[in-house]
Amino acid sequence: MLRQTGYALAIAAIAIVPIIVLVILPAWAVGACLAAFVVWLALTRSGRQAWSATKVGIATIPQRLGSSCVVLIGIAGVVGVLVALLAMAEGLRATLQQTGSNDTAIVLRAGSQTEVNSVLDHEAAVLVAQEPQVMHDAQGYPIASPEILTAASIPRKGNGLDGTAPIRGVGDRVWELYPRLRIIAGRRFRPGLRELIVGKNAAREFTDTALGSTLDLNGQPWTVVGEFDSGDSHDSELWADANVVATTYHRGDSFSSVTVRLKSPKLFDAFKAAIASDPQLKVEVKTTRAYFDAQSEGLTKIIRVLGTTVAVIMAIGAVFGALNTMYAAVATRTREIATLRAIGFRGGPVVVSVLIETLLLAVAGGVVGAGIAWALFDNYTASTLGANFSQLVFQFRITPALVASGLKWAIAIGFLGGLFPALRAARMPVTDGLREL
Amino acid sequence: MKYLGLVWSALFRRKTRTIFTLLSVVAAFLLFGLLNSVRDAFASAGHSVAGASRLITISKVSFMMELPKSIYTRIQAVPGVSEVAYINWFGGIYQDPKNFFANEAVSPNLFDVYPEFKLPAAELKAFQQTRTGAVVGASLAAHFHWKIGDQIPLQATIFPQKSGSNTWTFDLVGIYHVANRSEKQQENALFFHWKYFDEARAFGNGKVGWYVEKIAQPKDADRIAAAIDALSANSDHETKTQSEDAFQTSFASQFANIGLIVGSIMGAVFFTLVLLTGNTMAQAVRERIPELAILKTIGFSNRSVLALVLAESVLLLMIGGAAGLALADLAVSFIRARLGAVPMLPVGLESWLLGLALMALIGLLVGALPARRGMRLRIVDALAGR
Repeated sequence: MLRQTGYALAIAAIAIVPIIVLVILPAWAVGACLAAFVVWLALTRSGRQAWSATKVGIATIPQRLGSSCVVLIGIAGVVGVLVALLAMAEGLRATLQQTGSNDTAIVLRAGSQTEVNSVLDHEAAVLVAQEPQVMHDAQGYPIASPEILTAASIPRKGNGLDGTAPIRGVGDRVWELYPRLRIIAGRRFRPGLRELIVGKNAAREFTDTALGSTLDLNGQPWTVVGEFDSGDSHDSELWADANVVATTYHRGDSFSSVTVRLKSPKLFDAFKAAIASDPQLKVEVKTTRAYFDAQSEGLTKIIRVLGTTVAVIMAIGAVFGALNTMYAAVATRTREIATLRAIGFRGGPVVVSVLIETLLLAVAGGVVGAGIAWALFDNYTASTLGANFSQLVFQFRITPALVASGLKWAIAIGFLGGLFPALRAARMPVTDGLREL
Repeated sequence: MKYLGLVWSALFRRKTRTIFTLLSVVAAFLLFGLLNSVRDAFASAGHSVAGASRLITISKVSFMMELPKSIYTRIQAVPGVSEVAYINWFGGIYQDPKNFFANEAVSPNLFDVYPEFKLPAAELKAFQQTRTGAVVGASLAAHFHWKIGDQIPLQATIFPQKSGSNTWTFDLVGIYHVANRSEKQQENALFFHWKYFDEARAFGNGKVGWYVEKIAQPKDADRIAAAIDALSANSDHETKTQSEDAFQTSFASQFANIGLIVGSIMGAVFFTLVLLTGNTMAQAVRERIPELAILKTIGFSNRSVLALVLAESVLLLMIGGAAGLALADLAVSFIRARLGAVPMLPVGLESWLLGLALMALIGLLVGALPARRGMRLRIVDALAGR
């Protein structure tokens, strides 16, 4: 008993090494290892032995269909949950990352962290736009948008409960600041009027945001005149002229932030230094890339930790399921395996053949799991409360990298679940095995 | 009960297999316990028993807009309102933005409106008498190892002081407790005086974030809410008053559909678990057909064979499930102690009852087919190995 336990522990310790390697290795390296393995199977004597032993094993899978499915479905569950949760984190990260860039910079009041907390007075906004690093447009105006980020309670379409819709008042030069933004319906708002344009995700999320409808903001009627698509987190927002928003929300002539386009990303440090040296300005400056990346950091980390924890615990369950199944498979094939050994197959190929069989089931499970996650959740729209305390809409994104990491998990589970049964198969005394009924 | 020995030895007939299956059951219920604790925390976020007798008044435009302090006395005069508190979100940061917790400037009568926040009388008195005093929840105090007499510096994100400084320092004078398990999340907050806040802040003076009204009769809630909103109708600061529950529900629903996400994970976990243990039970019964036949030969009825197999699978689930939930209990306590403000509630009686029900249900489910097979087998065929 003691020897057996010691043996099992030793094998487990050895098994950990390839698992760690697998987790660390990038996908292409895993692929290369697989290719080398296939070459070994095809070209060497022991490899060919292993392959023919595997074929016998695979041929008997239909007889054990039920229990083989347990391995497959168990692993599909792990991979499906892992991929779905990571796709959520990835979607959130991508949406916010696309919002930022290195050649635009955002200026906030020092210490305020987010736009909604920040207040800049009118002079600060003017001073920032006058820095020499700011790009100018064809008419000679600095490409800078003093903005107000505030919010409105609007019922959401799904459950009818009030949601917080971000309202962004923007400056005249905003269209040159966000060149990716396209008006997909209607037209731009006219400066000075109570007109709104809605992002395509906001239009999907909130009631009364269709073209031509009227929204009540602080007792004043606002008309929706257009819908826009910018492919990033601004799609969750409603935009209007900053001066009119300021009037409606009693903001006087203050703003939340100023966003500027720099002549070149390289000038960011000079821009930051110029602003820091101005005693009139108590502000902080970030590239919009850094600003929006920081917003996604906390939440994506929580989702990743949650996803990985859930997947690890499920994987432990799946490993024991696979162990049970493969031990049973080896037990029912005792005679076959003993026969193979008797006619000259060596232990190594037998081990490899059982492992390959498990791994094939595992990879099939991984593909099924990732496939289900893809079918259900790719581009699935979700929303959460963003860093500015208002709704942020994003789509789940299942990337090839996520699928690859899901498959790596599947291989790891299959490897652990197949290794011990494979070793038992190889260590079985041939004579006993042949006598087995 | 007298068959427990028989069921037990049948269960551990194949030790390795049973232990492996048990471990998968443990993993599944560990996950169930952890996820249920998260789900509970979100479902009960902000909801409390005392909340039924409270209304919340926010700006109609958005909860981020502030309201004038001037309507305070008018709200107090609305018939049916017994006490009004007002609160400002402060949004200060302690040391690092990652240490997020609620910190709010409050009116001196906060603890009358929130009677579930238990603050010792002496500490309440100290709070009332200290201009820069602050009171924190017990969970938060434990997490940062704060004790009464400590100074707590917060970095303002919204409200700098008139002096231009961004640092506000408070004197910790009291620690409050919340008795109800499902309301423990409420202990992760810091409160300080609105008066001090309003005098010292650089802008926004004379405004409050929201009002909380304590009402005498919960059944009058709709009438009182309408009366409060009527006070500022057609002004430039229209209000929206609703029950605390309604407010919290609409706020929590904005985070994401936590219930759906957690529910789908649990679904995937238990589906896998049913297949896994079902397979084990089927194997176990298949191997034992001759034994079951002998049991029948010596006089066991069909029904008792059915019961024996079902009992075996329920027992398997119960042992593994109880171990898993106990582990989850330990893990949740550990995580809460280490990380502080996480959205997790201790595994309570309700989780245990739900867990036990699930164990019994899954046990019966996976035992059903093999048990039927055991019940239906014909002695002659089974003994002959057919």
